[in-house]
Amino acid sequence: MTEPFNEGTPTPLEAVEGLKTGPEASLWSDAWRQLRRRPMFIISAFLVVLMMLIALFPGLFNFSGYDPRDCPLAVDGVPNVRLGPSAEHWFGTDLLGCDYYARVIYGARVSISIGIIVTVFSTLVSLVFGSIAGYYGGFIDTFIARITDVVFAIPVILGGILILSLFRQRGILLVSVVLIVLGWPTMLRLARSSVLSVKENEYVDAARALGASNFRIIRRHILPNSLAPVIVYATITVGVIISAEAALSFLGVGLQLPAISWGLMLAAAQNRLRTDPHLLLFPGLFLSITVFAFILLGDALRDALDPRLR
Amino acid sequence: MGRYIIRRMLQFIPVFFVTTFMIFLMVYAMPGDPIRALAGDRQMSASTLEALRERYNLNDPFVVQYGKYMKGIFGFLWLDGDLGTDFRGQPVTEKLAAKLPITIRLALMAFGFEVVIGILAGILAGVRQKGFVDNLVLVSTLVVIAIPIFVLGFIAQYMLGVRFGIMPISYNARDPLFSLLMPSLVLGSVSLAYIARLTRTSLVENLRGDYVRTATSKGLSRRRVVGIHTLRNSMIPVVTFLAIDLGALMGGAIITETIFNVPGIGREIYDSVTHQENAVVVGIVTFMVIVYMLANLVVDVLYAVLDPRIRYD
Repeated sequence: MTEPFNEGTPTPLEAVEGLKTGPEASLWSDAWRQLRRRPMFIISAFLVVLMMLIALFPGLFNFSGYDPRDCPLAVDGVPNVRLGPSAEHWFGTDLLGCDYYARVIYGARVSISIGIIVTVFSTLVSLVFGSIAGYYGGFIDTFIARITDVVFAIPVILGGILILSLFRQRGILLVSVVLIVLGWPTMLRLARSSVLSVKENEYVDAARALGASNFRIIRRHILPNSLAPVIVYATITVGVIISAEAALSFLGVGLQLPAISWGLMLAAAQNRLRTDPHLLLFPGLFLSITVFAFILLGDALRDALDPRLR
Repeated sequence: MGRYIIRRMLQFIPVFFVTTFMIFLMVYAMPGDPIRALAGDRQMSASTLEALRERYNLNDPFVVQYGKYMKGIFGFLWLDGDLGTDFRGQPVTEKLAAKLPITIRLALMAFGFEVVIGILAGILAGVRQKGFVDNLVLVSTLVVIAIPIFVLGFIAQYMLGVRFGIMPISYNARDPLFSLLMPSLVLGSVSLAYIARLTRTSLVENLRGDYVRTATSKGLSRRRVVGIHTLRNSMIPVVTFLAIDLGALMGGAIITETIFNVPGIGREIYDSVTHQENAVVVGIVTFMVIVYMLANLVVDVLYAVLDPRIRYD
């Protein structure tokens, strides 16, 4: 039955030449045209790209040239620890005499990689199982919903403490896996409800009437059309996960010390609030700006992608 | 609606068991020997060790341990209650009773800030879309959402506590209400921002509804149209959010209580995990999970009350 409608067969409307008038008017091109003019989008996209560049090539941004792990306690007999910001050390030095600017710059890598790894994997899991649950319904939907309920019943930070404290050695991979395990339910529910609303459209009925297989309907019709809210939420999730990782590291169950992470820096400086506020200020500032950039970007994307809010 | 509640209750049971089982499994699998840790650096005699293991059911197979534990939980649900004891013999229920009021007070204060300030800001922003207040609310809430809660805690501690010295920087048992003001503001701030945005969005959306135009053309005042007709429908997503938010409050309480040294159950969980007190961790977490699930159930019912368009059967 599905023979005549193999991949690459153009849909009849597109085949009619001269039908398109003016620029292409798909949801995405519409959104792009709108986004280009939004200062909020430009600022947040700039910040996101900047932070990603810092994460990829920290050496390029380490202008002062200090090694973040080469920390003299004293230089020429003069103590080098807990110095305030100066021309020599832009962000001062930390408790061990490390150049704080270099450490803050190198700290971006961990945060952003965890944020992106976790988001990519939870999005994939959510899209696959969310579309299965939403499209097929019935028993499989109930089954997935019950599993979701179980994970959803455990707040992320709480579950993170529980699982992560099982391990003596905790690296980026482990923290990411735990955050994926705990973080997917919200996204899955979103994907599922998005699929449910798309499923009712006439073009899905049309595709089915033409004999398209379930897999093809999901891949060609349901997924592309239910993607927008998931992408908006995924962008915001990167920020939320970065914040969660920092919180776990701060509580002492996330990454461990040789790692350079903003959460760890904040944890080490926790009791220095009165004497050396700069130790809290700079990692806190970078962390906040990064989270802010991703959330702002998600917000701008939602405004452009969700036609109801226009 | 009765049938709907019963169905939800039935769904609740497997979720309840699987969740507690998973949490128990995680804690059970923790490395290290809690009984040895109890003795610290000094060595314990083999017979003492054995007696303690026996007393806390640590020699039983895993499934039996879980069974005994669940028996205690059901006692807790129906009768006077047993959530187990910690390794010093103090019942978990006793710990809960001692620490819970502080956390509840903290959470209620945070909740109050969220609901009152959040909804108010959302309404002010929503009734005049694209106005000054609207932009102010949108930008300020975005900033609050973006700053991680512990960074926000430090900022508040530094500005209000150290710089201006108008508030105590940590919890003080002699003046609980005042010293909880800052922690609760910090704890509630993120959700406050979400509530403000959610209220605004759904208000803006609902104000375009046909029934609003009808109400206006009937000659009703703007105040009545917004306050009675639109607001009731706009509160639906906010109410759902409040239930989800309870989970965020619980997670946030661990961080807030750690930063501000508040001796509540959030801090107790953190301390218990570091000391490998499985009974305490599982007890408190199970308790939280039950509260969280029940809250979600209540919200689902509230849904039907708030929105006559939703019918369950």
